[in-house]
Amino acid sequence: MKKMTLNFFLNDEPVSLEIDENARLLDVIRDVAGLTGTKEGCGVGECGACTVVLEGESVDSCIVLAASVEGKHVMTVEGLSKSGQLDPIQQAVLDHHALQCGFCTPGFLMSAKALLDKNSNPTRDEIKMAIAGNLCRCTGYQQLVEAFEDAAKQYQAR
Amino acid sequence: MPLLGEMKKNYRVLNQSKPRIDGVDKVTGRAHYAADLKFVDMVYGGCLRSGRSHAKVVKMDTSKAKSIPGVLAVVTADDMPKPKSCAGNAPYMYLTNEVKYAGDVVAIVCAETKPLVAEALAAIEVEYEDLPGVYTIRDAIKPGAPAVHPQYPDNVFTDSLYPIRKGDVEQGFAQADLIIEREYETQYIEHSYIEPEAVVCIQNPADGVMTVHSSSQNPFFTRRYVADVLGVGMNEVRVFQETLGGSFGGKEEGVGMVAARCAYLCRLVGRPVKMTFSREESFLESAKRHPFLLRYKAGVMKDGRIVAWEGTQIDNCGAYNNQTQFMNSRASIHSCGAYTIPNVKTDTYGVFTNNIHGGAMRGYSSPQLLWGQEQFIEEIAEELGMAPLEFRRINCLKDGTTNATGTVLDHVNIQEIMDYTTAKTDYQSKREAYKAQTSTKKRKGIGLAIAHRGCGLGAESPDASGAMAIANEDGSVLINTGLAENGQGLKTAFAQIAAEAIGVPYETIRFYGTDTQAIADSGMTVASRGTVMGAQSTRKVGFKLNEIMRANAVALGFFKDQAQVKGPEDIVLEDGFFHSVKQPETKVAFKDVCNASLWSGRQMAAYEWFMPPACIQDHHTGQGVAFPNYAYGCVVAEIEVDMETGYVDVQKVTASHDVGTAINPALVLGQIYGGILMGQGYAVTEEVEVSNGKVRNQNFENYIIPTAADMPEMDVNIFECDDDRGTFGAKSIGEPATEVVGAAIANAIYNATGKRIRENPANLERVLLGKKLR
Repeated sequence: MKKMTLNFFLNDEPVSLEIDENARLLDVIRDVAGLTGTKEGCGVGECGACTVVLEGESVDSCIVLAASVEGKHVMTVEGLSKSGQLDPIQQAVLDHHALQCGFCTPGFLMSAKALLDKNSNPTRDEIKMAIAGNLCRCTGYQQLVEAFEDAAKQYQAR
Repeated sequence: MPLLGEMKKNYRVLNQSKPRIDGVDKVTGRAHYAADLKFVDMVYGGCLRSGRSHAKVVKMDTSKAKSIPGVLAVVTADDMPKPKSCAGNAPYMYLTNEVKYAGDVVAIVCAETKPLVAEALAAIEVEYEDLPGVYTIRDAIKPGAPAVHPQYPDNVFTDSLYPIRKGDVEQGFAQADLIIEREYETQYIEHSYIEPEAVVCIQNPADGVMTVHSSSQNPFFTRRYVADVLGVGMNEVRVFQETLGGSFGGKEEGVGMVAARCAYLCRLVGRPVKMTFSREESFLESAKRHPFLLRYKAGVMKDGRIVAWEGTQIDNCGAYNNQTQFMNSRASIHSCGAYTIPNVKTDTYGVFTNNIHGGAMRGYSSPQLLWGQEQFIEEIAEELGMAPLEFRRINCLKDGTTNATGTVLDHVNIQEIMDYTTAKTDYQSKREAYKAQTSTKKRKGIGLAIAHRGCGLGAESPDASGAMAIANEDGSVLINTGLAENGQGLKTAFAQIAAEAIGVPYETIRFYGTDTQAIADSGMTVASRGTVMGAQSTRKVGFKLNEIMRANAVALGFFKDQAQVKGPEDIVLEDGFFHSVKQPETKVAFKDVCNASLWSGRQMAAYEWFMPPACIQDHHTGQGVAFPNYAYGCVVAEIEVDMETGYVDVQKVTASHDVGTAINPALVLGQIYGGILMGQGYAVTEEVEVSNGKVRNQNFENYIIPTAADMPEMDVNIFECDDDRGTFGAKSIGEPATEVVGAAIANAIYNATGKRIRENPANLERVLLGKKLR
């Protein structure tokens, strides 16, 4: 496979990575950059476990061609907490017991991050729609929605 | 019987929503799942599946695949000394030349990179001869149907036959005023854990021990397959359960198969090997919830008493046996629902077909049975002209009555839970009002269903377990058991139980997880047994450590100034401090006693085994004691049906469950919320569509599980009671949470439309047209 150099911002750090030309963003994040918090659940953009924030929007990184993020900002779950401090979204998920197996959790956190950065006062329905592309088989979503409502309050106060 | 909070249980650590022990790791992305692991020199493995439902491999040419640079190994059934697994009488095949279902694997490969694995798999040339197959329960039991396994010529898996014979059913029918018969059929569904199966194997070059990092629900179960395929002792295989991304019963045998193939390749090529499933492979090879064909016949009196109940419950095993006999034990025990009926005759058995195998899935036959039974109960009530709630009140289990196994029950609270839930939802009046709807656009419906569920494994197999607790010199405590965290919160609940029993703060406990070389097998983490029975040994070892440390405190002179303290029985340990019974204000820190104990060479650790009282049933009649106790639940579902499209919108679910003791109420809520959505999917959208063994939907774009946009309003009512047979009085909740939801929705659909759905799920075509289109 032909190689190429990809330059972009990963969790605010400029990175320059040698990648396969046809690589998926997910593979670059996991296998090249070594950040394994982003998960692969379906490979077809249906489950949302691989959700990252690309230029402020939540995307399924399994269906994003890595080469297309040249020069752009990508945020993964590893970029959420700053200097050992959990993001209010992470804290709210803990406080509300809004996780079980945890495999889908990074994807939910990133979908919520994209939402709250754009709209820190979402309605319950807006929260539900923002995470409707993330599948969770454990929690039934209830505690997740409550957590994101709670996190929104923290975002408003910032 | 009280709601949570109304009953004073006086626990110091339990009944509290302590934070999850693994929470921070999971919200930061630090938690390692098996697919996240990477090792120096690691290579990749993959499987070639036939895609045929029933066929013979006539010719296979692997030479092209082998010649690709970077391909390290290509293995077929002919190359493997033991391609047949150790799993019972109709065992899965690690590799096979006789394909029995579409997920069967005919070759495995190992290569330097993932793309090379794909290239090698594509380069293997196979010629098949297709054979006639058998695919549905109805076809499998027809005389002359092709046999899936020669040892079961009529496809009936005889080892899985479980009869119930209680009273005299013929006499019961003779006495009945009315006899009613119905038939219900349920579908294959997929567990849909979000983490696909993953395994990494590394062999220690010095001692040859094969180390397996896997997404196993039951690491000891995985070890059995790896030792089997390698032909080595179990002490030469070490399985680490990595953080598990959901299982619900699905990562038992399936992951054993992956691990076995991966370990075989690892030993062959002498390098670490990773094998992960794509979602499509997971759909093809992972077990599914068994479909059941349910035939029931009931005899009732005009006053509403059910006097006779006959049933045939046939499940589709698929091509290989995956726990069908255990499934059917539970299905027989629960074969007449949460009702006391004097005369019962039921037979439960599985049949083999050329499909993916049914296996353990959250509920273990109960979601299927209840879906039929709880509709049947309403159909009987309707024939009698009686309100279904009243009919249930007359027949439901009560203290002193017997269930299908003839066990006399106590602590039965189902009627109270049902009355509470129906009153809270205004069920009766809504049901009457909705019956009168005539709209051709949208109609509302409300449905009720109740269940009882035997807690733990019961008579199915011994519900024993072992646990270890170690105090360190700084006062921190390590615990471990052979049971495994599957995401449900087991480590958190067990840490709370240990803290309660030892008398130390929850925060000082770590549960170090499952490594098969660090602890003895404690049986599987299944059957909602973890907290209820599996934690009994954790409680026991906690009490033991408490006793040991109190003795150390006294022997080491920490209470020498208190003359009234003669021995360990005169002091208590709670919240991390010792104090004497008579002088509670003078406290001695647990950590100080730990430190002194270490340096004086005193015991600071214990291992305890718990074996519950035996549950014994007569196999020919099913009579006896099947479970130590039962959990009771009631669900009311409120829906709206789009009469033009057949879409069922589940709008509100009220779920009430008797959990005995809510060890961690937030975890209990999480189980119930998740169970409701899984039940909703089961009733409305989910079906693994198989057509002559071929699986039409293999990923989430056309296998539809509920999303946040589909979630109903949920009202959960947690009941507690004083039945103390489970750990600190806890009862099962993982499976009760989901088992009866589908039935409540099905009854709600009937309330809305006046049409019974007797074939699950109630998808658009079945609701609108009353039939499946393909």
